[in-house]
Amino acid sequence: MTTAVLFDKVSRHFGPVRAVDGVDLAVVEGEFFAMLGPSGSGKTTCLRLMAGFEQPTGGHIEIFGETAEGVPPYRRNVNTVFQDYALFPHLSILENVAYGLMVKGVGREERLKAAENALAMVKLPGYGTRRPGQLSGGQRQRVALARALVNRPRVLLLDEPLGALDLKLREQMQEELKTLQKSLGITFVFVTHDQGEALSMADRIAVFNDGRIQQLGTPEEVYKRPQTRFVADFVGSSNVLAPAFVESLGYPARYASLRPEALSLGDGTGSVTGDRKRVTGTVVATGFLGAANRVTVEAGCGTRIAAMVPASQALPEQGSGVTLSFAARDLHLMDEAA
Amino acid sequence: MRSDRSAAAPLGLKIAAAAGLLFLHVPILLIFLYAFTTEEKSYQFPPPGYTLQWLAVAWNRPDVWQALGLSVRVASIATAVALVLGTLCAAAVSQTKFFGRETISLLVILPIALPGIITGIALRSAFSFAEIPFSFWTIVLGHATFCVVVVYNNAVARFRRVSGSLIEASMDLGADGFQTFRYVILPNIGTALLAGGMLAFALSFDEVIVTTFTAGQQQTLPIWMLEELVRPRQRPVTNVVAMLVVLVTLLPILAAYYLTRDGDQVAGAGK
Repeated sequence: MTTAVLFDKVSRHFGPVRAVDGVDLAVVEGEFFAMLGPSGSGKTTCLRLMAGFEQPTGGHIEIFGETAEGVPPYRRNVNTVFQDYALFPHLSILENVAYGLMVKGVGREERLKAAENALAMVKLPGYGTRRPGQLSGGQRQRVALARALVNRPRVLLLDEPLGALDLKLREQMQEELKTLQKSLGITFVFVTHDQGEALSMADRIAVFNDGRIQQLGTPEEVYKRPQTRFVADFVGSSNVLAPAFVESLGYPARYASLRPEALSLGDGTGSVTGDRKRVTGTVVATGFLGAANRVTVEAGCGTRIAAMVPASQALPEQGSGVTLSFAARDLHLMDEAA
Repeated sequence: MRSDRSAAAPLGLKIAAAAGLLFLHVPILLIFLYAFTTEEKSYQFPPPGYTLQWLAVAWNRPDVWQALGLSVRVASIATAVALVLGTLCAAAVSQTKFFGRETISLLVILPIALPGIITGIALRSAFSFAEIPFSFWTIVLGHATFCVVVVYNNAVARFRRVSGSLIEASMDLGADGFQTFRYVILPNIGTALLAGGMLAFALSFDEVIVTTFTAGQQQTLPIWMLEELVRPRQRPVTNVVAMLVVLVTLLPILAAYYLTRDGDQVAGAGK
């Protein structure tokens, strides 16, 4: 296993603002690595540090074993797909894609052929003569991808590449990106604020908040076993339970996360078997979502718990008493101290 | 963008507009008219007769050619200097953030806001303080002060519309600073520079005030014309030259107008 990108206690401070603050990470060659977090969490700055647009104020960066500090973007074997695509408006699509080869001195014939192939790879064959202004958002996104990939980078950096697309197109591009990454075997580092995107595409996810990595792991780990309250809440809106409440359920007094879909709704009368825990409370809100509906229950001491119930089950009245139950192992105690 | 209201303007407005236009342009037409008069001592209306002889006379006067040559050389060099300095300055102000950026932006524009006479006096005293003799180069320096502003203004407006990520994209794809300038920045700001350069050339070509303060014995074309009007000798020659100046300055300004007019779409903002 080769390490593609290594961050060793990397910081990037802008005056008093700690955009990136002591980040350690190692992206493995060939993996699809997602950096997930809200805006201002430092994920994009990390990507820019990898691309060379920013220099760290502390720590050490290596790209395939070579020190990256002080190496300008044009001498790094990484390429970026920009959030706004940044296609050159004065060049045709083919010239845009061939740009990287042109500045490296590849002959005209050869580079245009390579660009043509790259366009075919992103399913835009024959679009070469158009101008960026004549393409739709989704097409421009593909051109940006082809323009980066034609250089055969060892690492491809993607800065919220699907952010500007509509939902349908986004889902389609998620699958295509994933397929493309597997077939090319290139390391992808992907920045997103959309947890669904990160969970569905990435091999591993680094969850960022306030310039630090909150948790780094596989999508399943991050989703099922969040280590901090922030991760539990940000990745999939889990119920975060306070230590006192957790203790009342018979667990150690620590913060815990409980997935809404792990809870099932009873009427408060049925028996509960031994390995299931039970919470009673009053319904304060219900929400119709389609496939499953959300019921929010006030369970005493200000603890509100959201549960997802199947659409087949009738929604309880607001204000009625209900019992929620969950398998004891579904409650996940977090490392974060009370 | 044109208004699609089809209602005709009221008559009063039409008359006022016509009067305004006449007020602006009749004097210029009179210059053209007197270039062809047979009366050489004074401007009488209507001219007693018409002739083309003054074109030939002007053609054969060496002092006209000398003044024209000097003006063209001064304008060309001042414009070239302005293109380099103005572009660099615009790039710095629009692409980077640094302490005092707004102040520098204001200071660059200031020379054109100041009356020319202030610039003239300031330069003249600076030259004599530094014991620089008046020459061709002092005129060029004087003209460059306002030419830089014109180029800067044009370039900075265009630079702001070239999104910063284009430059980053170019670097990311392996282009160094020079290649990025050559292949990405220049094609995107080219027309703005051309327009700025033409305006600068036109401004320099008919500059009088700063030139009077920074020129020694040499005469640029406008200065020559001023002198010529004082001496009542072959007056229509001045008009012939004035016609030439109108053409030489008007054409670049028109071209600049057309070049920048269509540049409304923001380079790199097409998402």
